Formats: sequence, structure tokens, C-alpha cells
Amino acid sequence: MSRGISLHERLENNAGLLIFGILFVSSIGGLVQVLPSVFQESLSTPTANTRVYSALELIGRDIYIREACSVCHSQQIRPLLAEVKRYGQYSRAGEFVYDRPFLWGSKRTGPDLQRIGGKYSDLWHRVHLNNPRDVVPNSIMPAYPWLVQRPANASGDIQARLRALQRLGHPYDDAAIEAAPGELEGLREIDAVVAYLQNLGVGFDPVADDATQQAPE
Amino acid sequence: MARNQAGPAEEHYHDKVVRFLLMCSLIWAVIGMSAGVYVAAELIWPSIDMGQPWLSFGRLRTFHTNVVIFGFGVSALMATAFYSVQRTCHVPLPLPRLAWFTGVGWQFGILAGGLSLLAGINGGKEYAELEWPFDIAIAVLWISFGVVFFATIAKRRIKPIYVSNWFYGALIIVVAMLHVVNSLAVPATLFKSYPIFAGAQDAIVQWWYGHNAVGFLLTGGFLGMMYYFLPKQADRPIWSYRLSIVAFWAFVYSYIWAGPHHLLYSSIPDWVQNLALVMSLVLLAPSWATMINGMMTVSGAWQKLRTDPALKFIVLSLAFYGLATFEGPMMAIRSVNAISHFTDWTIGHVHSGALGWNALITFGTFYFLVPRLVGAELYSVKWANIHFWLALAGTMFYVLAMWGAGVSQGLLWFSLDQVGELSFSFKDIMASMVPYYMLRLVAGIVFLAGTVLMVINLWLTIKGRETIRVKPPEVPTHRVSA
Repeated sequence: MSRGISLHERLENNAGLLIFGILFVSSIGGLVQVLPSVFQESLSTPTANTRVYSALELIGRDIYIREACSVCHSQQIRPLLAEVKRYGQYSRAGEFVYDRPFLWGSKRTGPDLQRIGGKYSDLWHRVHLNNPRDVVPNSIMPAYPWLVQRPANASGDIQARLRALQRLGHPYDDAAIEAAPGELEGLREIDAVVAYLQNLGVGFDPVADDATQQAPE
Repeated sequence: MARNQAGPAEEHYHDKVVRFLLMCSLIWAVIGMSAGVYVAAELIWPSIDMGQPWLSFGRLRTFHTNVVIFGFGVSALMATAFYSVQRTCHVPLPLPRLAWFTGVGWQFGILAGGLSLLAGINGGKEYAELEWPFDIAIAVLWISFGVVFFATIAKRRIKPIYVSNWFYGALIIVVAMLHVVNSLAVPATLFKSYPIFAGAQDAIVQWWYGHNAVGFLLTGGFLGMMYYFLPKQADRPIWSYRLSIVAFWAFVYSYIWAGPHHLLYSSIPDWVQNLALVMSLVLLAPSWATMINGMMTVSGAWQKLRTDPALKFIVLSLAFYGLATFEGPMMAIRSVNAISHFTDWTIGHVHSGALGWNALITFGTFYFLVPRLVGAELYSVKWANIHFWLALAGTMFYVLAMWGAGVSQGLLWFSLDQVGELSFSFKDIMASMVPYYMLRLVAGIVFLAGTVLMVINLWLTIKGRETIRVKPPEVPTHRVSA
């Protein structure tokens, strides 16, 4: 034991060694646990029907981030009976490969939204976003009246956004990026948010997904 | 290193920058906690955001967490690190201008960053919401913090590096590593970027960051504070030096692994989840070893608790530290996590740490520090004692309210009727939370009232008084030849 202490005396008498020691010991966990996951291909392989967001959906998603919706709404369905009953099929990693950042959330003040797409009409969403208490009397969700006022491409940077994602490997072709501002023409922020929400979880097919997962074996 | 020379006669510790950071920390505490109270009220009366985007829950809640952690918390850590590193090294800060640059720059960063969140400029990753220009500024300021800190250690006149400095050092090094990796992103515009990681991988990286920002900032940094100010205040040496060594390295090693316990039952690989679960349980050992070390240090000085409000705060904070670090590993067990995750229980857990541990130890330290900085008695010991009870009551009611709300949500969400269908709709469960949210709001107001009382008390102590100039001790220590 006294040898251990004398070894430690070297560490605590030498600032450089102490810094190195902290850096070394604290990085082991990250190297063993985080690094392999970052390079694990199955986590970055899309499921059968997962596709990139359209220009309008991407704007909607970025507004969702701007208003910090993920503070109250998760997008991650756990493989637990009651949860699958309430929200639908549990989440697969491949469904999120075009999500930058991921929006799984850590708190459900409101319900999970990963498979909200198609459950309500566009009109319901418009009314609800404008003032949630018009359709859900006890709701404590904030109202977002400014979404109907602002143009979807107010900042005029949709092409810069798509190009940044293209650089990160999302399969947008140049023609789609060229056409993006036109697609947003005349639309409001609320159209973008509704388009994003209505797309969430739509088209996920567990059977097709299992087939692609098993194919390599 | 000029270890054998006593400092020149005019040499003195740089405490004005400590005073500046301490005052900033107090201002952020009031602003950040007020925002917290407001968002708590919004969860009962949603229309009090008055249709203003910047008052909207999502933005204001993000502002609240950033201002209390990085404004109140980090300013307090910088102030106490600069104060204690000079005294444990017997040397003034060798780079006082860089210390001022760090301290003042950080305040501008929090101000601009906080406003950017209210304006909706948000990267979307929890506890790392600030966009890329702020991320770069944070990295630069953090490195300058590290340079000031380690330059002081390099110039020290006592050979051994005291244990509080290991914790502050770990705070600086590990948070730098976490911040840089988790912030890697491709900018699209000046205020919009996309992370280089996506989906499940982004989730793993984010919670490696998020969990260890809690670990090395809110736990490790504040343990540095504890290891300097608790023995000072109790006027007794650390109970077990050996335990502090073992607990330190066990803490630095094991904390890192536990991040993915925030992602149990999610679509990340099972082995990553299970490893995090096991390491979360392991983490209980170093956490409690440190708590026991602190408690035993006070042992024998318990009579001081009757007269000394500063020590009362610090001892109570250690008790909450013990509770929160017990609760954490329990919440990482799958069957508990299934109930607690996504509910208000998490919010309660965070606040038993943030209010009970971080805020209380900071308050105790400030009650110790402010009178010493200006060489005067605390303006009102009575007010400090009232603050103690307000802070304790506020924390207790907050945690109780969130336990009640969280456990109810977890169980009601899972409840199935006789034919196997869901018993309750989501909105009905949420609507039944009003009594808990009311109690939480009251708890928050009580805690905030105590904080305001402290700020007035400390302001009346410090107002109109010069920061006194303290010289390093002139006698070289006996371990110089070692």
C-alpha cells in the first residue's frame, strides 16, 4: 500500500503527470464505449423506407428545434408493452440516420411524437399549434401564433442548409437543392412544421425492416 | 520553480477577479432561478407567455438551464478555483490579465448566449444548445481558464498539489474534451449548424457529453470546492487523504462510462446500455467515499453547526450529494428506469443535485468567502440562518413534488385495464399533475426568495468595501526538499 502512495506522490508533485493521468483515465470509457458505436455501420444504415427530409420538412424540423419542442416531446418509443400500445412500433436506430441532431428528448410533458404522422388531420395540427386549448381543453402546451405569420423561407438560407447536409453525406442531388426555394414559395412556417409532423414515423414497415436487417447473414 | 524564495513584499493574491466572478455568479443565480420559477408557472398557466416567442416555454426553459449551470455554476467554480488555487499553491495568479479575460469574457458569453436562446438560436442538443459561434468562444475561454489555472500550479511554492486542485483540474480537462467532441458540426449559416454525428450515434455522443458535463462540472468541479472550503470552514484537515486519492481516480475513471444510462430501452446497442447500467452502480462507490470523507471531516466540529451558517450549508449540501448520487444509480436500473424515464422524476433528481448539492455548497462557500474578501463580518447571520431554512424547505418540497408527479406519470402511463387496453389517455394523466406542479412552483419561489435574501445580505456585506490584499505566506513549506 505504501508503494501505491509513493507512486501517487509522483503524480501529485508533477502537474504534467497529473494532467496526463486525468486525460488518460477519463478517455478510456469513451474509447471503449463511444468510439466503436460511432463507427458501427448498423447504426447509420437507414431502414427500408427511411428517406431524407424534403426542403419543407427540414425547415419544419429546424423550427421544431428552434422552439425546443424536444424539451417536452420525445421521439423514441421504447419496446415496452404499454408504450407500443400508446405510440406504435418501438423505434429502430435506422429510422434516425438523417436526424442531425437526434431529437429523442428526455422528458414527456407532452406525448411521444415519433409516429405522430397521419394520426391527426393537417387542419387539427394548424388549430392545435395556433392555440392547443382550442382542441385539447386541458393542454398546457404553449401556443405558437407566430408560425402562421412568418414565411417558411424567411431567412432565405434553405440552400445553405441542404448543402451542409449534402456535405455530411445526405443524398440530396443538386437539382433538388436548386429547386428548394421554389418549393417554399408562398408557404408559412406553420406549413413547414405540419409537413414535418405529418411525415414523422410514416412509412416505417417492421417487416421490410427486419428483412433488410437479416439480409447480410 | 522558485520554491525556496519567499514572495516579494508587495506581492499579493489576485482576489478582485474572484470578487467579480462571485458577484456575476450571484446575478446569474437570481436571473436563472427566476426564469425557472416562470417556466414552472407556465406549466400550470400556459398563456402567461403572452404570445411572445422569447417567453415561450421551450426557449425560456433552455435559457433557465443554461444560465443556472453555465452562468451561476461556472462563474462560481471559476471564482472559487481562482481563490483556492492561489492559496493552495502559496502563489498569486501568474497570469492575472488572462484571468480577467476569462472571467469577463465568460460573462459576455453567457449574456449573448442566453439572449441567442431566447431568440431561438438553438442547436438542439440538451445542455449544449448554444450554436457554433458560441461553442468556439466557449472553447477559447475554457482553454484560457485552464492556462490560468495550470500556470498557477506550475508556479506553486508547495510541492504537492492539493486535492481540490485535482478536481478543478479534472473539471477543466474533461469538460474541454467533452465540449469539443460533442460540438463538432458543419455550419450552414452563421447561426445554424448540423452535427457531424446523426441519429443513434449523435445520441450516444450527446449523452457521453451530457452525463459527464454533470459528472465533471456539477459533481467534480463542486467537489473541488468542497475539498478546499469544507476543511477551511470546519477548521479540520481532510479525514482521509488516502480515501480522497482512491475516490478521485475511481470517479474520473468510472463516471465516463455511465452516459448511455440516459438511453436505456432506446435503439442504441444493448451492450452499450448494459455497460452503462453496471458502471452507474459502480459509481456509487467513489461518490459515497467522497461524501463520507467530507462528513467525517466535519465530525468533531459538529458544535460549529449551531453558530456557523456557512458550514451548515456545506454539510447539508453533502447530504444532498449523497442522496442524489444514490438515486442516480438506482434510476439506472432497468426496471426503475422504465418507470422514471421521461417523467418528472428526472426533473426532481436533477434538482436534488442542482439545488440541494450545487446551489447549497455554493451558498455556504459564498457566506464563507465574501466576509473574508473584504475583511468584514457578514452583514446578518440571522438572515443567513433564515436563508438556510428557505433553501432546505424549497429543495425538499421541490423534490417531493417531482417524485409524486414522476412516479404517478410512470405508473399511469403503463396502467392497463382488464382487457389489456391502456387505462388512461395521456392528456388526462397530464391534467392530473396540477397539484404537484403547484407545489413545485411554491418550492421554487421559496428557494428563490432565500437566494434573493442571500444576495442582499452579501451585497450589504461587500458594498463600499475594498477587496483586502492578502499576501502569500512567506515561510517555505517543510516539503520543499521532497
